[in-house]
Amino acid sequence: MSKFTDFAKQRRESTKMVPVPSVSIMPERDLGKAPALECLHLGIDFGGLKAVDDFNITVGRTEICGLIGPNGAGKTTVFNLLTKVYQPTRGTIMVDGHDTAGLDPARVNRLGVARTFQNIRLFNTLTVEENVAVGLHNQHHCGMATSILRLPHHWKSEKYYHERALELLDIFDMAGLADHEAGSLPYGAQRRLEIVRALATNPKLLLLDEPAAGMNPSETAELMENIVKIRDQFQIAIMLIEHDMNLVMNICEGICVLNFGKIIAKGTPEEIQQNDAVIEAYLGKQKEVEA
Amino acid sequence: MGIKALKPQTRSTIITYAIVLVAFVAVTLLDGMGLISNSLSGQLVPICAYVSLAVSLNLVVGVSGELSLGHAGFMSVGAFTGVVAAGCLTRMGIESELLLFVAAAAIGAVAAGIIGFLVGIPVMRLRGDYLAIVTLAFGEIIKNLLNNFYIGVDDAGLHFSMTDSSSLGMNQGMILVNGPKGAVGIDKISTFALGIVLVLITVAVVLNLMHSRDGRAIMAVRDNRIAAESVGINVTKYRLMAFTVASALAGAAGVLYAMNYSTITPSQFDFNQSILILVYVVLGGMGNISGSIISAAFLTVLPEVLRPINNYRMLIYAVVLILVMVVPNTKLYQRAAEALRSKLRREPKTPAAATEGGEGNE
Repeated sequence: MSKFTDFAKQRRESTKMVPVPSVSIMPERDLGKAPALECLHLGIDFGGLKAVDDFNITVGRTEICGLIGPNGAGKTTVFNLLTKVYQPTRGTIMVDGHDTAGLDPARVNRLGVARTFQNIRLFNTLTVEENVAVGLHNQHHCGMATSILRLPHHWKSEKYYHERALELLDIFDMAGLADHEAGSLPYGAQRRLEIVRALATNPKLLLLDEPAAGMNPSETAELMENIVKIRDQFQIAIMLIEHDMNLVMNICEGICVLNFGKIIAKGTPEEIQQNDAVIEAYLGKQKEVEA
Repeated sequence: MGIKALKPQTRSTIITYAIVLVAFVAVTLLDGMGLISNSLSGQLVPICAYVSLAVSLNLVVGVSGELSLGHAGFMSVGAFTGVVAAGCLTRMGIESELLLFVAAAAIGAVAAGIIGFLVGIPVMRLRGDYLAIVTLAFGEIIKNLLNNFYIGVDDAGLHFSMTDSSSLGMNQGMILVNGPKGAVGIDKISTFALGIVLVLITVAVVLNLMHSRDGRAIMAVRDNRIAAESVGINVTKYRLMAFTVASALAGAAGVLYAMNYSTITPSQFDFNQSILILVYVVLGGMGNISGSIISAAFLTVLPEVLRPINNYRMLIYAVVLILVMVVPNTKLYQRAAEALRSKLRREPKTPAAATEGGEGNE
């Protein structure tokens, strides 16, 4: 254990980046391995506007990390940068120790970054099962000719997609909905399906953009349990944008606060709750009472 | 276990094949009894060709979601390549009509597939209207190129020229393609049975592709490009795949079409032809394969059936087109269709399918 503490300490000192993985969740096998995500001086300009600037973060391999901030702070832009929907103007993104410079969104996904979207983006005319099967696209291969000729390998592949999809849907107890059209699902189920589809790509880092949006308190509570369960079961890092502070403070090990495209605070939930800059960003500055 | 117990996907696949086979049996029986008029039996092969074309275009327009206006271009590439191939093979002494047709169709499909792939590489970087315009231009370019092609065959082999037929420099040869006069002296080896086989192959290729890993990727790109990219799908690759496969199938259909006439000209494969095929797809329903089959067959037969009332037949054709477009959007039709569907369906409705039926038709 001391070996890890040294490692973590060394990391913290060398990069001065929080959040760092908390000791309890770092499995032995991850010692000395590259973090799931490492951003250095990441930034993007839209015209003259620095939408995100000097964004530095390190996310441990099995850490749950929260990204919060007022509306328009640039949180979703950060996600779009990490998945290369936008190409960053400056800075480096390392996923699992690999530089993602010049890669397109599909390649970044194959490197191990999966995401959900703030405004749900499902394949609406496909069934729930097919949505997950599309997520499994790169986990199992079956060529076009094999499929068209319906060779034995095609049936083996279809069996794999079917079984694996149901297995994944079971995480959210959605296996019963497998044959329904994705676009016809209720809102909450669509959000959960997006998570399942992202998980199907076998990511090392899962980005959740407002997973609890539009959910009632009991659904949110269930979602919180599930996020932790996913982390424990799949041993992946999860980074989430969320406005529900209850969720963020309860399940995130590290939190990063963004305002006007810049990180104004990083730390554990307790630290963030006490941070003056954060309180100011959310509630405004307390007026000096003039005597 | 009845047909209702099957998955909707499997059920519609079975129905699609059944439509083709039933049509084949029915037409063969009627023909045997002498109940099919000459003009209609002359249309049987073109019907098969148009059905294949509509199904293959549906792969691009319906399944992949790209508007392509150059399908007749690929049809003509296939048609002319097939004719030249058949001419050469005849010259080489191949007698069997079946073998000739299969070889010509295969060569036509490969040629159209290659052209489709080459055109697709730049075109698939475009989207929406731009893609439509470029494919339209491609169709016109192919037509004009073919207008200037002179191809002949003699004992020394193939001769090719772009000036005129006399500069081919053949001795005792046979002219296969004669510029604007088109391909001449074609062996009429297409038959209805071969046409049905081609339709079945086309349907099988498209349906098998749709219900596979690659097909799901193609439909995922159509439904949501950004989400498809986010799960690691190479968008350009799958758009190109759909486009290339559709081009190859159109090429084979072109061979079938050409081999039904003694002469075909490049100007037959113009913009109107592309639009005609697109009309079949739109009427049959985007992504709906059995719909494409029925609408292509129906709309090819209709002008022939209406021939007795010659003066009014194009008027009726137009009215039918308009009705088919308008009626499914009426409240009455939608209510009737919904009632029929809920009767056919075994399971209860999907959880949130309670969306108001008004704007249902996408």
